[in-house]
Amino acid sequence: MNRTRAGLRAGAVLAAVALAAGCTPGSNAPTPGASGVEPTGTIEFWHFFTDREAEEIAKVIDDFEAKYPKVHVVVKDGQDDTKMLQAIGAGEGPDVGLSYSTDIVGKFCSSGAWIDLNAYLERDDVDLSQFPDSVRSYTEYRGKRCSMPFLTDTYGFYYNKNDFAEAGITQPPKTLDELADVAKRLTKRAPDGTIERAGFLPLWGFYEFSPAHFAPIAGAGWLKSDGTSAVGTDAAWPDLLRWQKELVDWYGYDNLEKFRASLGDEFSADHAFHKDQVSMMVDGEWRIAFLKDQAPDVEFGTAPMPAMTSDLYGAGYVTGNVMGVSKNSDNPEAAWALIRYLATDTGAVVKLANGIKNVPSTRAALTSPDLEVDPAFQTFLDIFDDPNTSTTPPSAVGPAYQETFTQFCMEWQSGSTTDLTGGLAEVDNQVNQLIELAG
Amino acid sequence: MSTLAPSQEGAGRSSTGTTPARALRPVRSAGRRAKRLRQRLVVLSFIGPAVAGLAIFFVYPLLAAVYFSFTRFDLVNQPVWVGLQNWRFLFKDSNLPDAVRNTIWFVVIMVPARIIFALVTSVLLNRIRRGQSLYRTLFFLPALAPPVAATLAFVFLLKPGTGPVNSLLDAVGIEGPLWFNSPTWAKPSLVLLSLWGIGDLMIIFVAALLDVPAELYEAAAIDGAGRWRQFRNITLPTISPVLLFAGVTGAIATLQYFTQAAVAASVASGGATTGGGISSTFGYPERSTLTYPLWLYVVGFRFNSLGYANVLAVVLFVVAVAVTSIMLRRFRAFTGGS
Repeated sequence: MNRTRAGLRAGAVLAAVALAAGCTPGSNAPTPGASGVEPTGTIEFWHFFTDREAEEIAKVIDDFEAKYPKVHVVVKDGQDDTKMLQAIGAGEGPDVGLSYSTDIVGKFCSSGAWIDLNAYLERDDVDLSQFPDSVRSYTEYRGKRCSMPFLTDTYGFYYNKNDFAEAGITQPPKTLDELADVAKRLTKRAPDGTIERAGFLPLWGFYEFSPAHFAPIAGAGWLKSDGTSAVGTDAAWPDLLRWQKELVDWYGYDNLEKFRASLGDEFSADHAFHKDQVSMMVDGEWRIAFLKDQAPDVEFGTAPMPAMTSDLYGAGYVTGNVMGVSKNSDNPEAAWALIRYLATDTGAVVKLANGIKNVPSTRAALTSPDLEVDPAFQTFLDIFDDPNTSTTPPSAVGPAYQETFTQFCMEWQSGSTTDLTGGLAEVDNQVNQLIELAG
Repeated sequence: MSTLAPSQEGAGRSSTGTTPARALRPVRSAGRRAKRLRQRLVVLSFIGPAVAGLAIFFVYPLLAAVYFSFTRFDLVNQPVWVGLQNWRFLFKDSNLPDAVRNTIWFVVIMVPARIIFALVTSVLLNRIRRGQSLYRTLFFLPALAPPVAATLAFVFLLKPGTGPVNSLLDAVGIEGPLWFNSPTWAKPSLVLLSLWGIGDLMIIFVAALLDVPAELYEAAAIDGAGRWRQFRNITLPTISPVLLFAGVTGAIATLQYFTQAAVAASVASGGATTGGGISSTFGYPERSTLTYPLWLYVVGFRFNSLGYANVLAVVLFVVAVAVTSIMLRRFRAFTGGS
């Protein structure tokens, strides 16, 4: 009797384990059909844009549906990568997903969440040379092209012209030392020492002030050729962190934190640069559209980011929105048609670039006469074209290596960690552990 | 000693007295077995749905979590068996100590703070003669606020530069702390938030206090016991089962502390989470609010290491069971063995 019960229990456990193993995702990557097949049916498109930008996307989707009348696109805005991956893992999710960052390309490619598009590209003779090299590199992972570019984000330097004129400053800083000097001159404090206006707010994590965006102008590397962490051995990182810490200490960390906490959200009309609470900042080219929309009275200029050394001036951080076809897509043919349209149709790319104020990701769109380029936007086109402009490398652990490093940077700036060399070595250790865990 | 079971002995004393009991026994015992089976089936039909629910929603996920903890699983592909690799990583995970320390801090500080504050509030509320219902409602109201909304409101109340709390402190010459923006103050700020939403616990304590027999206080008063003595020797022992309940459920809930820490970190950091998901800000500032469940979420859904996330989940379950049993054993004497 006991033996029977024990057997039943063991059987139940085994059944549950077998069931657990069975209730996991399958792997059924679709294969493309014959060339020239007209796409039909309904597809779902998830993206992260909201409000004004989502409206611009909707306009281009309308154009797509006009061009492919047998395809209906259900658009869901305000999504994020984590949600998308969870949905795909559960066998659901969109046919086409749009991510805000190239950081996820490694994760989505290596896991197979997005299918390899090489077969579709070859079938339809899509010429990849229409994309600049940097764009081609960040949309593939270890030879697997699972994503296509959806515009490009380029980071540069914004400054308030009135604040500069008031302080007698005639041109934007070109080196980090000049930036620190100008920041001090533009900063205004109350009699009690409270910051009323920061020339530059050098806290990691504030808006777009992140190590990733400063790596190209510091010449700092993230990963070694074998995929392991390089931050502990790259001499550029300690130099950048020491420069930043000196500026933080000049303000006083607590003063800065208190000031930061009083500022509006990055994607709101209360943005600190809109309100002249900071005079200079690093941001993407999209800020131009936000400024014109939400703070038309702000007189601003744009320039390349101040660099660690003069030879790196002109470079910047580039990333892009990327899109892919989910492995769960019931209609990969129509999903591919949408991706191809959004990535390669010059009219669509230009319309999106003008609407969202992003840098176009094809050579044809970059030189299109329809592309609206003013001096402020031209700065970003120049940065995009600079040979030292780079992006963060793809990794199977996604952005985990950047986040681990940023955590350390926050401890460093507050003064809770003072051992820079040891701390960076520990970051290497942590990142390598995560990479090992991901296999 | 009889070899017959009581029911069989009863069966042997047949009312007819003509048929030997032994001859009837097989027929009757078969009938009884059928009856017993029917009874069991009836019972089973009543408890069946609950058992099925338990099996599907508790036993199965638990066993699945144990299974997945031995695999490399990224949520998208089939899990791959990796043996003890994930379990070995548990001892190398350099973020885990922070997450464990923070969670223990919350269990040790937040749970007793909530119980003491709720108890004091309930005792005071029970002493109020006029407007008792109004005060109870007022104190209970914050508990009705959704955790996300309540946390948002609290972060804005405690904003260092412009929040009303620091403005008030400034007005009386006190420099307010950075609250959610300070690694030192972030956890105490979350405790304050939990105290503000004390209504759920308070209402249970109020009910328990009303159940304490009034004659015990009268007798104690006649014997000369003061307020404190009455509270210590009558109130506390009488409501101790309720206190134990609050302690156990509070500890379990705090081991799973997630929403408030996640929202507070996200809002206070001021960082954009557009497209990246809220988990990129978990732990702000400087990992001071990174609780064990938050780290589990980051590992599972941001780093896609579902195998290791399941190790963390299994460990959390074992710890929760252990903490509960220790508390139950430890406080058995306190609750009079009930």
